[in-house]
Amino acid sequence: MIITCPYCGPRDLSEFAYQGDGNRKRPDQASTSQKAWNAYVYDRLNPAGEHNEIWQHAGGCRRHLAVTRNTLTHAISKVGFAGAGATRKPAPRRKPRQKS
Amino acid sequence: MSPRRTASGGLIDRSRSIRFSFDGDFYTGHPGDTLASALLAQGVTLFGRSFKYHRPRGVLTAGVDEPNALVTVLRGDAREPNIPATMLEIYDGLTVVSQNRFPSLAFDVGAVNQLGGKILGAGFYYKTFMGPVFGPLKGTRFWMFCEHFIRRAAGLGRAGKVADPSRYERMNAFCDVLVVGSGPAGLMAAKQAASSGARVVLADLEPRLGGSANWSGESIDGTAAAEWAAATVAELKARPNVRLLPRTTVWGYYDDNTLSALERVTDHKRTARKGEPRQRHWTIRAGRVVLATGAFERPMVFPGNDRPGVMLAASAARYATEFGVLPGGKIAVFANNDGAYRSALALREAGTSIVAIVDVRAEVSTAARELATKAKAEILAGQAVVATEGGKTLSGIKVQTFDAATGVVRGDARSIDVDFLAVSGGWSPIIHLASQAGARAVWDEKAQAFMLPPATERWTGAGACAGEFSTGEALAGGAAAGSWAAGGASATDPVPEAGGAVLDIAPAPVFEIPAGGKAFVDFQHDVTADDVRLAHREGFISVEHLKRYTTLGMATDQGKTSNIPGLAIMANALGKQIPEVGTTRFRPPFAPVSVGSLAAERYGDIRPERLTPMHDWHVDNGATMYSAGLWHRPMIYARPGETVDQAYVREARTTREKAGIVDVSTLGKIAVQGPDAGDFLDRVYTNMFSTLPVGKARYGLMLREDGFAMDDGTTWRLAEDDFLMTTTTANAGKVMQHLEYLLDVVWPELRVHLTSVTDQWAGAAIGGPRAREILAACVTGTAVDNETLPFMGIVHGEIAGAPVVICRLSFSGEMAFEVYSGAGHGTHVWQALMKAGKPFGLVPYGLEALGTMRIEKGHVTGAEIDGRTTARDLHLDWILSKKKPFVGSMMMDREGMTSSDRLQLVGIIALDNRPLNGGAHIVERLDRETPRDSIGHITAACYSPVLRKHIALALVRGGKSRHGDRAYVSDPLRDRFGAVEIVSHHFYDPEGKRLHG
Repeated sequence: MIITCPYCGPRDLSEFAYQGDGNRKRPDQASTSQKAWNAYVYDRLNPAGEHNEIWQHAGGCRRHLAVTRNTLTHAISKVGFAGAGATRKPAPRRKPRQKS
Repeated sequence: MSPRRTASGGLIDRSRSIRFSFDGDFYTGHPGDTLASALLAQGVTLFGRSFKYHRPRGVLTAGVDEPNALVTVLRGDAREPNIPATMLEIYDGLTVVSQNRFPSLAFDVGAVNQLGGKILGAGFYYKTFMGPVFGPLKGTRFWMFCEHFIRRAAGLGRAGKVADPSRYERMNAFCDVLVVGSGPAGLMAAKQAASSGARVVLADLEPRLGGSANWSGESIDGTAAAEWAAATVAELKARPNVRLLPRTTVWGYYDDNTLSALERVTDHKRTARKGEPRQRHWTIRAGRVVLATGAFERPMVFPGNDRPGVMLAASAARYATEFGVLPGGKIAVFANNDGAYRSALALREAGTSIVAIVDVRAEVSTAARELATKAKAEILAGQAVVATEGGKTLSGIKVQTFDAATGVVRGDARSIDVDFLAVSGGWSPIIHLASQAGARAVWDEKAQAFMLPPATERWTGAGACAGEFSTGEALAGGAAAGSWAAGGASATDPVPEAGGAVLDIAPAPVFEIPAGGKAFVDFQHDVTADDVRLAHREGFISVEHLKRYTTLGMATDQGKTSNIPGLAIMANALGKQIPEVGTTRFRPPFAPVSVGSLAAERYGDIRPERLTPMHDWHVDNGATMYSAGLWHRPMIYARPGETVDQAYVREARTTREKAGIVDVSTLGKIAVQGPDAGDFLDRVYTNMFSTLPVGKARYGLMLREDGFAMDDGTTWRLAEDDFLMTTTTANAGKVMQHLEYLLDVVWPELRVHLTSVTDQWAGAAIGGPRAREILAACVTGTAVDNETLPFMGIVHGEIAGAPVVICRLSFSGEMAFEVYSGAGHGTHVWQALMKAGKPFGLVPYGLEALGTMRIEKGHVTGAEIDGRTTARDLHLDWILSKKKPFVGSMMMDREGMTSSDRLQLVGIIALDNRPLNGGAHIVERLDRETPRDSIGHITAACYSPVLRKHIALALVRGGKSRHGDRAYVSDPLRDRFGAVEIVSHHFYDPEGKRLHG
């Protein structure tokens, strides 16, 4: 199997670590719903066909990737960065360094 | 002069002779010979004894499908069994022995098994040896008794017992087009693809590229086919974009057009050239694949079809044409198709006489009749061979009238005096690789064979593999496949003309001649047609069950000659059509692969070694090193005459009384940096880190998402947005991956960056009552007094000119400091500390003393944080923040994780003053005979110098409420039983007075 890492290009399976079902959504940190937490920790989809998965390019850039893979044919139809689209707060402004 | 070698012809080099030995006798052959062709040329017909019945066996084929002629090759002390003689090229000094015979091939005691044929049928072992004992000669216990004798009598070659001295190699190759098979179709495909500029790899499992062109006797492009093949190979060889891989079996077809191949680099040589491996494993990544693997001829199933002297017709023709070997003098041919007539003519033209062509079909085509006339052979149409005669060689056959429509034999049997029988039961395309790639074979009623389904975007078939059975079709098909594989842009080169009889080789649907007697389907596993029917009667009607019950197709040849006949007989028994019964899917490997080639250079201890910056100092100063994961760490620094126990007790005692120093560079270190670093640490640790002041450190515990304890360590706040996290040595990688997952997948909005800095820092922990004085003596740029450097405080300074970060924290329980410097300064700083410590009695200590002091303090490590313990089990409740959620906070209080009878951390003291061991069980009642009722186990044990007792940490059920209880240690493996007391895990200085100074 070859996964095309958005940073590193097409790389052999042996460079990647499988990091599980990419469909599960972690409850909000503050959630107290035991049901939701149980589902997050223990429930996994196991489809025969297209599956959203998380793979880490552990032997490369170490980014976690969102991979859409067909579990029947191993055909990979989509690779992107996991967590893409998240909005980060802007970095704080640093004082320019004083020249000494 | 070899009795069966032709005077001229063939592709062997008669000008040179090669001497080799078979079963201790010496023979000669020529370059270009296989062991099979060389021995056949010498008149040898008996090659081995069969698997179950010890029947004499000869050579059935001329290639990789050989089920009978398996031999063991000896090279020095190494032996390699089950090598097909048909695939073994001879070389001077080759030493080969036959298999499964005792005391000799010609006289074999085991042949008595032939008398027991009825008993040894399908399922013999299951029926006789499985299950409970009923009577004396049944059941599993009977197996225990018989196993030794059966293992000796049954089976194929014996494996060697010495280590394989050969060297193997791995290689990666990338190409646009991989062509598998170098017959006319494969050569055309490679040529076409190469001329359009594609990078081409052409692999063939035979030593001589050309496939059927080497022995068909046909002409291609107006010249002999073999010459055309040689010229085409030479042309390909000259091209820079083509790599030719002869002697290379492509055996596996995996995802993304990744194929595995085995190149036999020096198996055919007496001595390897310098640097040459024995075999080379290729991983080939191909844009597109052309499967030009050809077809296997099938045997017919009839009584006595396994006798030496019975061979597949095309293989016989190949021996005659390619190797100049006449496999017999008076030959009969037995066929259900026209193709065998061409083989008959080839044999005739090589110099044998064809006595008769026995054809199961009543009607024979004109084209076939013409060939028979040329071969001066009589056609016995509508007849079948019903028996063979002879022993170690064939002396005659019996023929009877046969009705192909009903499959019934009738009339009187007639004997024909022949010394060789060439058999053809039709052709099966070699679709193994496509099947591995996921293709579902399609049954073709006309060809009576499973065919390739339509090509995909990744592969296509060409030649006989794709049902293009004539050379003309194969050449055209190969050219088209090569053009497609190279992108299809360029115009096809002109396809050369093939000369020779164009035959329709579609066979009559006859697989078996039911005439009584042992008729073999799987020659290598001695499975007969009756075995298949017996399996059917007993209800094993699925193909997969049939295989496993009869072992049909499960020998080292993987049923290359037996799958289709076996399936046909099963279909017949079921009253179904072959496609309704189905076929099994082929799995890698296509042919046996040496384990050595898979391991290649990855054998022996090839784990990477991780050495700390101070490694050489430890070794130079008498440390006994110990491997902990990938790391090498000092175990003890023994003085002359000291035992391990004496050394670690001295080191621990000196540390507690004066001072000790230990290398802690192996701790996992992760720089956690960014404006949200504090927030992130609050989420992953059970306690608060955002409130930690700059210049302070804090002990932290991490849980897994499911609420169990995962890892612990200290994290230092070096600046507002800069933390240095330490993890346990063993969990460094796991913690890093856990944090990366959370940041990438769960909280991508956090502005945090992680860097593994384990190897960038050297760490030395110096502890003991004199530790502060030692630091004061060598640290410059900062004070180290209690004011400046309180417990969990951090200061920056220098030691002997090297910048250091010092944090006051303690694992040993003494007042202690961890001194971190850049890895390159590690030894320099360590030596400066040793020098400064000398007047104070400082000693280096190793893992044993480290472990001893942490057990005395009741600190936990991986032995206790074993993935099954919770924070509460380990008395770490105090660190579970109630002010914030953290990873695992909602899962850690589930029912079962808070119950009072969980395994909880306790201390153990041996009351008999004898050593305790990790892994030993704790019991309430001692029973040496049948140890039982464990209430827990010891995780770590030592002799405590301060308590002067043997102590241990243990996980004991409901341990928190057992303090003061009497229990027993039960360790039957080490025969260690005795009374113990359960106590608090804080053996030493529970109030922590010493570390606060």
